Amino acid sequence: MISIAIRRFARKAKHDSIKGASGLSTAVSTGSRDEFAKAAPPMPVTLLTDDERMIQDSVRKWANHDLKPLVREMEKNELISPSIIQELYTQGYMSLEIPEKYGGVGMNFTSACITIQEISRIDPSIALMVDVHNTLVVNAIRFWASEFLQDKYLPKLATDSVSAFCLSETNAGSDAFSMSTTAKLSSDGSHYVINGTKSWITSAREAALLLVFCNADPSKGYKGITAFLVDTNSPGVQIGKPESKLGLKASSTCQIFFDDVKVDADHVLGEVGQGYKYCIEILNEGRIGIAAQQIGIAKGCLDVVMPYLNEREQFGQKLLNMPALQQQYAQAATELHAAEVMMLNSCRLKENGLPFVKEAAMTKLFASQVAEKISSQSIEWLGGIGYTTDMIVEKFYRDCKVGSIYEGSSNIQRQTIAKIMNSELEQ
Amino acid sequence: MKILVGVKRVVDYAVKVRVGADGVNLKNVKMSLNPFCEIAVEEAVKLKENKAANVSEVVALSVGPKQCQETLRTALAMGCDRGIHISTDLRTDYMELQSDAVAKLFQKVIEEKEKDIHLVLVGKQAIDSDCGQVGPALAGYMSWPQCTFASKVDLDGDGLLVERETDSGTETIKVPKLPAVVTCDLRLNTPRYATLPNIMKAKKKKVDTYKAEEFGVDLEVKNKVLEVYEPPSRKEGILVDDVDTLIDKLRNEASVIQ
Repeated sequence: MISIAIRRFARKAKHDSIKGASGLSTAVSTGSRDEFAKAAPPMPVTLLTDDERMIQDSVRKWANHDLKPLVREMEKNELISPSIIQELYTQGYMSLEIPEKYGGVGMNFTSACITIQEISRIDPSIALMVDVHNTLVVNAIRFWASEFLQDKYLPKLATDSVSAFCLSETNAGSDAFSMSTTAKLSSDGSHYVINGTKSWITSAREAALLLVFCNADPSKGYKGITAFLVDTNSPGVQIGKPESKLGLKASSTCQIFFDDVKVDADHVLGEVGQGYKYCIEILNEGRIGIAAQQIGIAKGCLDVVMPYLNEREQFGQKLLNMPALQQQYAQAATELHAAEVMMLNSCRLKENGLPFVKEAAMTKLFASQVAEKISSQSIEWLGGIGYTTDMIVEKFYRDCKVGSIYEGSSNIQRQTIAKIMNSELEQ
Repeated sequence: MKILVGVKRVVDYAVKVRVGADGVNLKNVKMSLNPFCEIAVEEAVKLKENKAANVSEVVALSVGPKQCQETLRTALAMGCDRGIHISTDLRTDYMELQSDAVAKLFQKVIEEKEKDIHLVLVGKQAIDSDCGQVGPALAGYMSWPQCTFASKVDLDGDGLLVERETDSGTETIKVPKLPAVVTCDLRLNTPRYATLPNIMKAKKKKVDTYKAEEFGVDLEVKNKVLEVYEPPSRKEGILVDDVDTLIDKLRNEASVIQ
């Protein structure tokens, strides 16, 4: 009697487990259908919501149709065409996480990363402008700016104002906190006066708004660092000449000179002396966006390479079928998939308010390595033609190199990871 | 003026379909809004944006499975105001649900649900069935004028002036008075992208769902599909050295000239 009952129970449990999702051993073992239904099954991070899929399709279509024809020209002119910038606003790419009440799209962080990835597949320079604007400046304002500053700037940032993130200096890169740009409070406390030079500023030429990190009290060391919102057209602000770079040429990268620039005291982002915290925290997330860019670059390479391998024949067979190449592209695709899963998982960790700093650092580190490897291999798989500007892959190869440098160099990422691993050990 | 736009969920145009025992294999295949329906949506939204047309509402209508709601979302994101989903699990690629039934469902929607439609815009054909019949059949059932293969649609007094593309040239047709049915051809317009703000706004737009059986329309297959097969793969051609050899082969091998 008992053995029959157990067998029937086991059959029902097996039936439930076949019908339902994995990882529900507790629910299934009670054999309770209600438990099963209540427990939300963990879902794959690569499974996007309907909204996110629609957005992915939409960005992909726009990038392929409207952006692609202009990529080489923009690189040659070292300029993002004003019509493309306008399109970025019309399509909603510059207001991805700005709430609807400010005129933004009001999407989630994952959607922003998906958008950045899809644009990067066609032109990482454009994606970079979108990434910095959304994940660094807009989000810093959303998180820490006063209501007054949010009301003043978010609508503009959603409709036509490009922004730039001004942290680095010639002598302060990885060691950002050793910055020498200062902000002196006026005697009546009504405003600050900023003096100094920022370097390597993305979108400096196009930006209407600058998020500038200055030290308002050097005697306190990094605890004097304060973040300011500065209009580019403020007297004393001068944008330097764009750097001549290896890649991402259309994206302007300039020094910005601050010569007695007056900024009202109410334009401090958040609290005085908390700037160091804000910049660390915002970069912790922003680097997931960079990872998305790098993954997009790698995908952009494979978008070109795979059809080519399917067409090109040598020694009487398609390159696609040659075992030596199969070994290589399978390995490449595997690493790319891993990077993408890491990126999506970091997004979901952040969205769910869970710790993500270690994972985000790992993601950016790994994604930049994968992009560098795949873009390099892609040129080889294409052969001689891959080395010419007829193919876009040589551009991707040059564009992705800075991926292991900006928004936290690879060494810094590994250091961040190691620090967290150390603290986990001490627990 | 109130506009009804037909939107069909079909296999994406870029997909290389595979044929199995039950016809075209639709499992895990990418589906999209039918390109000609997309053109119809664009035309409807353009008319809405044209103040002279005085369009009060654009309603998108789709017949098919649950996933048609996504197709309707795209139409809403492009600018349609409301959506209607007629739900059925019958295959809509001609294998089960066919044009006559679809036209009759459209008729029921116009007669029972949306009683003041002035203009029906549909694609000239769906890229899965390639029938091109729903527009004309609907016009017949409603006793409305029809203009097919429209490459230009202009307002003209109480009616329309439509340019119709055929293989022998373009003709201009005057529709003296609405309501009417217009089927849209490739060169009518270039559909806009759904911008992200519009995709998010579309979430709040209303979609009503009805079951196909509710309307009392005969949904039975009228033309039974006996077999679906891929066209024979093209044999490799041959190069000929001169015109004489060419003529010889055309006459004696290909038998295409006397």
